[in-house]
Amino acid sequence: MTEFDWRPGVLPEALRVRGEMLRRIRRYFEKQRVLEVETPALSRAATTDPHIGSIAATPRNGPVRYLQASPELAMKRLLAAGSGDIYQICRVFRDDESGALHNPEFTMLEYYRLGLDHLALMRDLSALLTEATAGWIGLGEPEYLTYSEVFSEHVGCDPLRDSAELLALAMSRRGLDVPDSIRDDRDALMDLAMAALVSPTMGSGRLSFVYDFPPEQAALANIRRAETPVAERFEVFLSGAELANGFHELVDAGEQRGRFAAELGRRRHLGLPAVPVDERFLAALEAGVPACSGVAVGLDRLLMCITGADHIDQVLAFGWTRI
Amino acid sequence: MATYSTNEFKSGLKILMDGDPCTIVENEFVKPGKGQAFNRVKIRNLKTGRVVDKTFKSGETVEAADILETEMQYLYEDGEFWHFMVADTFEQYAADAKAVGDCAKWLKEQDMCQITLWNNTPILVAPPNFVELEITETDPGVRGDTAQGGVKPATLSTGAVVRVPLFLEIGDVVRVDTRSGEYVSRAKD
Repeated sequence: MTEFDWRPGVLPEALRVRGEMLRRIRRYFEKQRVLEVETPALSRAATTDPHIGSIAATPRNGPVRYLQASPELAMKRLLAAGSGDIYQICRVFRDDESGALHNPEFTMLEYYRLGLDHLALMRDLSALLTEATAGWIGLGEPEYLTYSEVFSEHVGCDPLRDSAELLALAMSRRGLDVPDSIRDDRDALMDLAMAALVSPTMGSGRLSFVYDFPPEQAALANIRRAETPVAERFEVFLSGAELANGFHELVDAGEQRGRFAAELGRRRHLGLPAVPVDERFLAALEAGVPACSGVAVGLDRLLMCITGADHIDQVLAFGWTRI
Repeated sequence: MATYSTNEFKSGLKILMDGDPCTIVENEFVKPGKGQAFNRVKIRNLKTGRVVDKTFKSGETVEAADILETEMQYLYEDGEFWHFMVADTFEQYAADAKAVGDCAKWLKEQDMCQITLWNNTPILVAPPNFVELEITETDPGVRGDTAQGGVKPATLSTGAVVRVPLFLEIGDVVRVDTRSGEYVSRAKD
């Protein structure tokens, strides 16, 4: 006996189900005539998102490359080149994310459909997830709720209009400890409320879609100009876990460049390392990415829902502590 | 001053919160796919025993508490302090009434107890899970009444009062679960 535990930590059922789940997803896209693609796992650019840490890999003779946190930007370059509807199932990497629902390396399904807005994509995703889980979990009719509706019900505030102070107050009233360091940070307050108060109540026995986010939370989504602007973004929940995040994609190169600059500014402010912006992606946007919606689905979490696992390690052959 | 970052959080870690030593009972990492990460933590205050929920922004640091949990033998009480000794080093520690609390009624000389030291001072004393104590006071026994399963109060040598079966008498030694305060069995002598 050596001191090394070589055994897998995966539930036998999760090991068996994963392949069939992937086959069902591929069958769905084949029927829908969505093309499977692969893009590089390494890039010279890293995500500018201040809340996502990229893991660097250093070739002997080259500049630093970064392991992808998402295949999103590379796939949009394919869209700009005229690929049509595409999907990819790949590994993505996010530094410092470990927990019951997080592993720094995980499997993502990312797909894009031309001409659909985020509302139409939600329905498409519902059909895909229902097919992918059929026979393992019975999903009821999905529910579709706006971000404002869920915050009004589960947090007790108006996320589009209330100040940070009001948000923090509403969250404390719901018995949540709000750290002093985020009391004047609307964005962080909404993140905490979503994770601690909203998410756990969502998706019991059916998919819960939450859509139309506050503009600060737009990420790569188009912002719909209206009296009260909203970001055309959605998230999907099942069994209390966030499964997917989708956008009616921002395809305006100028605005995208501005958002990257703002995120880099935020990184400086937080004392995080500056990262190289993906100039080839911006060039593709300038050349023209067709109007489309896209979504990223965490497949390990979907497998957790299917198998009833309560820790992501139970659906991974070898979790972070076994590699 | 030692500190811990949230990514070192795990249950059992000892930290300082608002000046009090605490232990992490449960640590949950939460993070929306696009958004700030947090650690939601259940923390037990080691002095009061109270458990509270705290939220930390991931990456924040907290001060470490110099806490040592160690087994010691109970020696004696002098009216103000309860005295304990580390068996292999003969080092002695005095715990005050706040540290001993309710557990005083289970302390029998020479029993091994779990002592929590904060900056080398006892702040918490935990008795063994099971203690064997002599009955010093109880109503006369009723022989042959064991089947009925009746119980009566009995005072033990340490002053603790537990409910025991009717057939037990003064001088009998009983085994008690200190976590529930319940009689377990008659001790074999």
